Amino acid sequence: MFALIWKDLQIELRTKETLASLLLLGLLILLVLSFAFDPTSELRATAAPGVIWVAVIFAGTLGMNRSLLHEREHDCLHGLLLAPLDRGTIFLAKTAGNLLFMLAAECVVVPTFVFFFNLPLGFTVLRLAPVLLLGLLGFAAIGTLFAAISLRTRAREVMLPLLMLPLAAPLFIAAIQTSAQLLAGESLGAVTHWLHLLAAFDAVFLVVGWLSFEYVVEQ
Amino acid sequence: MTETTARTRNATDVLLPPATIGAMMAALYLIFVVVPTDAFQGPVQRIFYVHMAMWLATFTAFGLVALASLMYLWRRAPEWDRRGRAAAELGLLFCTLGLTTGSIWAKPIWGTWWTWDPRLTLTLILWMIYAAYLLLRSLTTDPDQGASLAAILGVSGLLDLYLINRAVYWWRGIHPAVLVQRQGGSGLADPLMRVTLVVCMLAFFLLFLWLLRLRIGAARLQDTVEHLREQLTASA
Repeated sequence: MFALIWKDLQIELRTKETLASLLLLGLLILLVLSFAFDPTSELRATAAPGVIWVAVIFAGTLGMNRSLLHEREHDCLHGLLLAPLDRGTIFLAKTAGNLLFMLAAECVVVPTFVFFFNLPLGFTVLRLAPVLLLGLLGFAAIGTLFAAISLRTRAREVMLPLLMLPLAAPLFIAAIQTSAQLLAGESLGAVTHWLHLLAAFDAVFLVVGWLSFEYVVEQ
Repeated sequence: MTETTARTRNATDVLLPPATIGAMMAALYLIFVVVPTDAFQGPVQRIFYVHMAMWLATFTAFGLVALASLMYLWRRAPEWDRRGRAAAELGLLFCTLGLTTGSIWAKPIWGTWWTWDPRLTLTLILWMIYAAYLLLRSLTTDPDQGASLAAILGVSGLLDLYLINRAVYWWRGIHPAVLVQRQGGSGLADPLMRVTLVVCMLAFFLLFLWLLRLRIGAARLQDTVEHLREQLTASA
């Protein structure tokens, strides 16, 4: 499993394709959404938690599409499947890789978000970190599973968001609500139920992906 | 693949169409002639009987999709796949009708076509999941593979349902006004109202069962034709 993650990381370090596109797209969405809300209005502070998640989600969707398309080019997927590995392990490795890329991109996107929306840096980063970690883990799991599924269809790139976004609705609601409450200064105790929901979502899709990946990649 | 091509006509197939039509006529008569007009909402409340009836069919259909998906992944029998697909199509149809009739009812009563009430939000998300399910089926290149991919979506949809439910209730849980209004507004005071509701639900449920059987039968024929064509091209 670690060899698989290491392989993806090495490819990324050499090409920097996924990371660069994740990063730029995240920043661009932040920019577009900054245009959407009047910079002088009070609305910005209320909209901020939503904005960061929209940027994370849409950039992430594109990034995950890439991660499995890679394997399809030059038939790398066949090579992977020939390896004496449990299919579930491939899924977990891919999920871990996607999670790492997204976290790396967020290291730049979040400070930029703080900069554009004029928020206190340390406070925001500290409070967003647990939500981002839990949210991105579930998002990477469901995204990897459905990216593998949409790879098998004709309209590959379009299928991923269509399949994944409705199922990921609880993740988004929970992540945005938690971020909003934490940024408004609520304590962690006030959002435990949302954090539990996020953790449950992560667990459900890690297990579903791990068990069903075999059916997804079978020839 | 040993499938019988001749479809046996059993008692259910013979009785279902007249029963559905009879129940439908009775429901129409009850709604428009017999049942008293609601004291608060006026004639528009009559849409409630149809609206409620849609949900029974919708949720049975979506439950069936989940069951058929599980069975397909376990047993790999094409019959389960056909059942799942037919149920998803009909579930989406009744869900759309339910959302539409609900909106028509909501406009004069709540003064808006749509509110982000937890129940409405949940239904909308469900609608989207099953729309994606059908889209996935039509966009896969290999039908067998499409069946197992869709089954995975069907199963994860079921597992997700509880989380979606919790999330939308917590999300909008602070504004229960609509729900209270709904329960207060449509309390079925008259016993005739309750009878009408039951007959109406029965009529639409029978319609759902009839359509489901027809759809599964059509899918079975389609598969048989496909199978025969393959045999023909192979032997030619």
